[in-house]
Amino acid sequence: MENDSNRSSRATITPYPDGPYLVRGDFVVRDQEGNELPVERRTIALCRCGKSQMRPFCDGTHKLIGFEAPSGQEPWPGD
Amino acid sequence: MAGRLITLPAPRGPLSERLFEALEGEPDSGLEAPPVVESSDPIADEDLQLALYVAYELHYTAIDGVDERWEWAPTLVAFRAALERPFEEAVAELVQPANEEELASVGAALQRIVAEDPGPPLSRYMETQGTLEQMHEHVVHRSAYQLKEADPHSWAIPRLSPVPKAALLEVQADEYGGGDSKRMHSVLFAKTMAALRLDPTYGHYLDRLPGVTLATVNLISSFGMHRRRRGALVGHLAGFEMTSSIPNRRYGNALRRLGLGREATHFYDEHVEADAVHENIAAWDLAGGLAADEPAVAADILFGARALLQVEARWATLLMDAWQRGESSLRSPLAVATA
Repeated sequence: MENDSNRSSRATITPYPDGPYLVRGDFVVRDQEGNELPVERRTIALCRCGKSQMRPFCDGTHKLIGFEAPSGQEPWPGD
Repeated sequence: MAGRLITLPAPRGPLSERLFEALEGEPDSGLEAPPVVESSDPIADEDLQLALYVAYELHYTAIDGVDERWEWAPTLVAFRAALERPFEEAVAELVQPANEEELASVGAALQRIVAEDPGPPLSRYMETQGTLEQMHEHVVHRSAYQLKEADPHSWAIPRLSPVPKAALLEVQADEYGGGDSKRMHSVLFAKTMAALRLDPTYGHYLDRLPGVTLATVNLISSFGMHRRRRGALVGHLAGFEMTSSIPNRRYGNALRRLGLGREATHFYDEHVEADAVHENIAAWDLAGGLAADEPAVAADILFGARALLQVEARWATLLMDAWQRGESSLRSPLAVATA
């Protein structure tokens, strides 16, 4: 699996298998009012299972609830 | 902060006695490796684990009164190899071999392996009922590794192909503070120790640490010292990161319940967020990337993760059992000013 995105420019969002979205590159996280959320690291994990206790960031809770999701796009129902 | 410097601990038997005596003299003399090191339980053998720990420490730190040339003295390397053999065999006995299905997707296999953690619920116990004295002991045990957190896994860097190497560096850069030494995890741990009125000097509590605690660190160093174990070293890191965020939230909660503030909890809170990132990179990009580039070491990646969980389980059991008996889990109890 490659994660060598161009760090200096575009932001990339990578869904990890059964885990969070990892965000790399040039990005900011803002709430709906436009306030920037503090980010202390170059790569962050955004909650994908909805059960993190520090949303929007991941805290590993997906492992406790058996969250499952592929890294790629899920097939349309019926496909 | 000055460079690391430890003093030789007190020997715990003939092996450590022989080693420490030689280390106080000129390299490369006075140290003869035993042909075979006999031990009924190498993982918990006080003498063997302490001797091995100090032999490895030559690569990490200065030792007061010890000539730095001992690090690569041939007799030291031979002596260390004699200690490593029974330890490696004992760890291998605890680890079930990987099957074909696991080898087909190392990332998915790691997820299943860590979900079946064989250890007792130490972090849950600490969160709900651990005492301040027990928290002190826990931190002292962990200081054997956390004051050099990330260093042993860095031995893997020159041994990896580009994809897993980039992944490892992505994790390690964050472990080392992302360019800010104040955020370095080992520095945050020292801050936690100071907040708990413990001595954060590297190696300060070595004499109090049981052999099993030293074995948890010797395990990583043993993988790190041998290029042939690069798979196990990567698997150990993946397993470590994948079993970190949830327990560390609990340890942070334990400290908050005991009335401690941000100075003490920062290390743990930082790990909740950091390792929620690291565990994915470590499992899929690092371990999965290494397995894709070097299928021959895929089985050893899973070995490293399973070995971590097994040795950690023995360590956690030691703590829980001692506390259940109402005793200290250290070789000698701490006297910490709590006023």
